Amino acid sequence: MELRAVHERCSGCRACELACALANFREMNPAKSALGIEGRFPAPGDYRVHLCDQCGACAEACPEDAIALQNEAYLIDPDLCTGCLTCVDACPHGVMYVHASTETPIKCTLCGACAEICPRGAIVMEGGA
Amino acid sequence: MLYGYAGTILEVNLTSGRATKTPLPENLARDYIGGRGFVARLLWERLSWGTNPFDPENLIIIATGPLSGHLVPASGKTHFGTKSPATGGYADSNMGGHFGPALKYAGYDVLLLTGRAPRPTYLFIEDETVELRSAEPWWGQGAITSEEGLKNELGDEFRAITIGPAGENLVRFACISHDFGRQAGRAGVGAVMGSKNLKAIAVKGTGGLPVFDVEGLFKKSREAYEKVKAKPGFTGWTPEGTAGITDWVNEVGAFPTRNFQTSFFPGYKNINGRAVVEHLKITDKGCFCCPTPCGKYGKAKTGLGEVYVEGPEYESIAILGGDCTLGSIEEVAYANYVCDELGLDTISAGGVAAWAMECFEKGIISEEQVGREIRFGDLDSVVYLLEKMAAREGIGDLLAEGVMRASATLGHGSEEFAMHVKGLEWTGYESRNAPGMMLAYMTADIGAHHNRAWALGHDVAGSAASVHDLISAGGSKGKLAKATVAGKAGRVIELQHIRPLFDCLGVCRLQYMELGFEVENYEELFFRVTGRKMSWDELLEVSERVWHLTRAFSIREVEGFGRESDYPPPRFFQEPIPDGPNEGHYLSREELDILLDEYYAGRGWNKDGIPTEETLRRVGLCDVAEQLAQGR
Repeated sequence: MELRAVHERCSGCRACELACALANFREMNPAKSALGIEGRFPAPGDYRVHLCDQCGACAEACPEDAIALQNEAYLIDPDLCTGCLTCVDACPHGVMYVHASTETPIKCTLCGACAEICPRGAIVMEGGA
Repeated sequence: MLYGYAGTILEVNLTSGRATKTPLPENLARDYIGGRGFVARLLWERLSWGTNPFDPENLIIIATGPLSGHLVPASGKTHFGTKSPATGGYADSNMGGHFGPALKYAGYDVLLLTGRAPRPTYLFIEDETVELRSAEPWWGQGAITSEEGLKNELGDEFRAITIGPAGENLVRFACISHDFGRQAGRAGVGAVMGSKNLKAIAVKGTGGLPVFDVEGLFKKSREAYEKVKAKPGFTGWTPEGTAGITDWVNEVGAFPTRNFQTSFFPGYKNINGRAVVEHLKITDKGCFCCPTPCGKYGKAKTGLGEVYVEGPEYESIAILGGDCTLGSIEEVAYANYVCDELGLDTISAGGVAAWAMECFEKGIISEEQVGREIRFGDLDSVVYLLEKMAAREGIGDLLAEGVMRASATLGHGSEEFAMHVKGLEWTGYESRNAPGMMLAYMTADIGAHHNRAWALGHDVAGSAASVHDLISAGGSKGKLAKATVAGKAGRVIELQHIRPLFDCLGVCRLQYMELGFEVENYEELFFRVTGRKMSWDELLEVSERVWHLTRAFSIREVEGFGRESDYPPPRFFQEPIPDGPNEGHYLSREELDILLDEYYAGRGWNKDGIPTEETLRRVGLCDVAEQLAQGR
């Protein structure tokens, strides 16, 4: 399974960010989501959806081997993570996030909550159940 | 624990720079819910009687609701309240976008601004950090340009509101702008910001909101989005958004045309929702958590240049298109952009321009006074007037006062067609054969505004159908009979409680109004967020309380406020509509009195439109009743 963005369908409502934070942290707080919506205004006047595609660059960069592939998603092992943030710098899509309340970076778990809530079909879960 | 709320009121004195944080009072949340309710109560309690709108002592109250910022359909609404420089009475104007949710994530339900900054300033809020910073680089710049500059400097994750030159220059209908095309447009809230030397506010919040039942809410929220998606209007209404009603309004003869001289614009298909989508649109642009984005962001090319612009939405189409008779969607969009950048409310500014063009046609103002020839249907004329009024240059200084004051100064019968109620210019529905809608405009608390009670559908179809259903059924194919006047007040009062309730909750009403998303959903979502079990009827009681309170505020602040404040301009009760589906119709002064008498009786107000002491006590406003009786 993989998340895919259909940028031209995004209307910038950010429901995906809230659903992500609710699904992964049980918190109403978009600052704790693992994806980002970028509005490019006033020009060119569109949105870009920034998603994790599970490329594994974070796992390769991690000096503690704290990020490993499990069921198609790279997940952070909080027991091994030291919070060095090397992975955050290494992420080619800029979708590993830091929040003051969490000891490890915030990363997509491929839970699909964003795709499920998106009312515009701008985020789709492909290749699986 | 107040679930749903951030829990804090942030008060900033712009004169001293002092920021004060106080807990959100539980009784305020209980009795007024949020948003518009907070604005109304805090204005009543905190503003000194008789304050001039441009005095430093006037307040700007920016309030969110308990549902703002939660995963609830369209939870991005933010309310801006003040004593209006347009009407001298109660004002609240709301906008969508993302500012209110950000304010809550930063920890604040309400931002209360007092005083006047000694120099051009913007307010910076990042969670706990609250600072006043110099806005010198942006003073004099456009509202959109300033927002772009602020975001470039602070980062894209900041949500900003700005004013343009019109706000700085105290144009009485200046707006507050946000997110490159959304506005708190009405009643001059931007001018009050300008009077405080406050160019902008930028907010970033990284905190979460307390939720009574997170698991239950997450489940119900997902169900709510699915229910909205299942409505026929989801695919039928959303593609064109509010602009999609343009055809229907023309076909039922309610489209403002040539300064409301008539109610049908023959070229309406050139400026309708389809034209927006086909000729302008780049992307749908939604407010926070909105599944049905009415914003259409695009690019318009005219002889005056090429601009990026959000919209035009229906109101701007009606007033800049029909009322100023601009004939193409590109021209309407261009004028919309000029308003946005200058920080002018498209509705009032367009209405003022239309009034000026009619004055010119009638020889009441001369080419020498204006500085050039101006005429309906000419984009150059409209843009010229907009720029003059924003700068208060030449004729613009008079126009910047709004049609009520400008016509009182100019005289020569120009008052007869100064299209306003209480000093606020009329919005996009001509109502000479729509008695319910006429009454809604007459009695709306901020002046001639449609959103407190959109009764036009009820006037035309006699039902509470959703807007999507109305549009789908189509307009009239011929002449319309004169509408019945008696019996309209009940529905208007009902709507004046329903729609402003959404403004208390902090969510947009359009999923309910346009698509028919049922009110029971909001009872459930409100409970999961706040833990308060309230029926829709109980929630409506709060909305009724707020309605009487805003009336009391204007009675308190505007000398002689009462029945005479509730009449439309003479054009609407003296001139029959000259052509179109409603040709020959108008409402006589006697018919307007039938509407008002029924309305006041239904409200529990006396013949002069003043709430009785018994009524105020019945809705829980005992202190307001006592203060009004004592005159302080």
